[in-house]
Amino acid sequence: MRNMRYLEDVATLILNKEACVGCSLCTVVCPHGVFEMMDNKAVIVDLDGCMECGACVNNCPVYAIKVTPGVG
Amino acid sequence: MFQNYNTNNVKLKHIITDNVVILNSMKGVSPVAFDNNIRNDCVLDSFPLDTSASACCSPKSSHSDTLLAKYAKAGYVISHFVEKFIDTDAGQIPVVRRKLDFKDKVQTVKARLGVTRNNYRVSQGLYAIGEPDENSEVLVTANFKLTFDILRTNINQLNLWILVLDTLGVNVWCAAGKGTFSTQELVKRVQLSGLEKIVKHRRLILPQLSATGVRAKDVKTMCGFNVIYGPVRASDIQAFLRNGRKAEPCMRRVTFTFKERLILTPIELTVAFKSLLITVAALLFISGVNSELFSLQNNLGSGLLKSLERGFFSLIFLFIGFVSGAVVTPALLPFLPFKAFAAKGIVSGAIFSLLAIFFSSTSSLNIAAMAALSTFGITVSSWFAMNFTGATPFTSPSGVEKEMKQFIPIQAGGAILSLVLWIYSAF
Repeated sequence: MRNMRYLEDVATLILNKEACVGCSLCTVVCPHGVFEMMDNKAVIVDLDGCMECGACVNNCPVYAIKVTPGVG
Repeated sequence: MFQNYNTNNVKLKHIITDNVVILNSMKGVSPVAFDNNIRNDCVLDSFPLDTSASACCSPKSSHSDTLLAKYAKAGYVISHFVEKFIDTDAGQIPVVRRKLDFKDKVQTVKARLGVTRNNYRVSQGLYAIGEPDENSEVLVTANFKLTFDILRTNINQLNLWILVLDTLGVNVWCAAGKGTFSTQELVKRVQLSGLEKIVKHRRLILPQLSATGVRAKDVKTMCGFNVIYGPVRASDIQAFLRNGRKAEPCMRRVTFTFKERLILTPIELTVAFKSLLITVAALLFISGVNSELFSLQNNLGSGLLKSLERGFFSLIFLFIGFVSGAVVTPALLPFLPFKAFAAKGIVSGAIFSLLAIFFSSTSSLNIAAMAALSTFGITVSSWFAMNFTGATPFTSPSGVEKEMKQFIPIQAGGAILSLVLWIYSAF
């Protein structure tokens, strides 16, 4: 999917690193590999890959992720 | 736990009603899907069974006839993809075939073309595949029949339970996005199916894309089952299970291959059909207007001929714009320049429109008419290309919103410009 990219700098994904407990569930559910684990914390490695599906937001046990999709 | 478990001693469970209410179709969210509503939460009592009768009689009857003879119940039909029923502590569970029969295949084509897509579903509830037991894994899926068929045909050898949720006949990802493949529905279905009496473990394997609608932590709290997110694609499910319920990174990524893009294009036509018909009528009307038709000299014959020719050309460019935007742009998506789909549609539409202009240069069309037609073709292409953002698995709603704000004014301008040029060219 790296060859198929949509508009840049529009994704509204926000990760609160302090709140992250390192469960890595976001890296499991994301269909575009937006997250990776570094030092037992999730980090956003590919923001433009985010399609704002909300899977990570929904499954984060500590509500550390937010996304506010438009009306597309 | 399984003292009643005997595949020869099977009873009726699977049921279908035809109690259908159609709701709104869904637009603009991930791949293809449409909603409607059907309720068939029926639970049948045990059905008395006479195995001795069918054992000696009717050796010539087909398998489904035998099933019907044994399990017929007024008002219910046994689905053709059910091969038998097995008895469990939570009642009779239908066992589904691993292969599609002719009827499944015909239905698949009809659903892909959009004929039956809005109401193509299986009854929700628990199914078996093969000979599952109390240790077998439980796969969870949506009740869109295409989804159900893809899942059952991708399990070649394993014995599994399949828990089908009521997603109103919508595929997993769209249902998750729309909230029908949800924590609540999953918990409800687990409880109604009596799953805790059927399996000893407490694991549910969900398709990864259902994560948009399900919160694993809440499922555990509400019904005690642990959610394990499996691979995105059903074709990876056997490898996932053999691998100790671990998915390779590639199993976790959504793809959008040439084939996957192309398979979505017939539905574009079905969805656009009504607006296309209106456009055709408008084009024929507008193209009918020309100077000769209204001139004082008695040129009605040639005026009508000109109307027909212009009508024909306008329809040709509508067709070109549609094919360019709804078929060619999706197919060539990664190869067309620009990131906004509307811009990709302009590129593709320009190529096709200019080619068409080149081939119609011998006609009686003047420069203004040619400019009008090519502008029209490009605009139509851009519009349908932009529509396709709702069918891809990688466009973010924020991005689509930005694209629409940017390109709808351009498309409106193109439409007006081509209309003005087209009418001008007739006089």
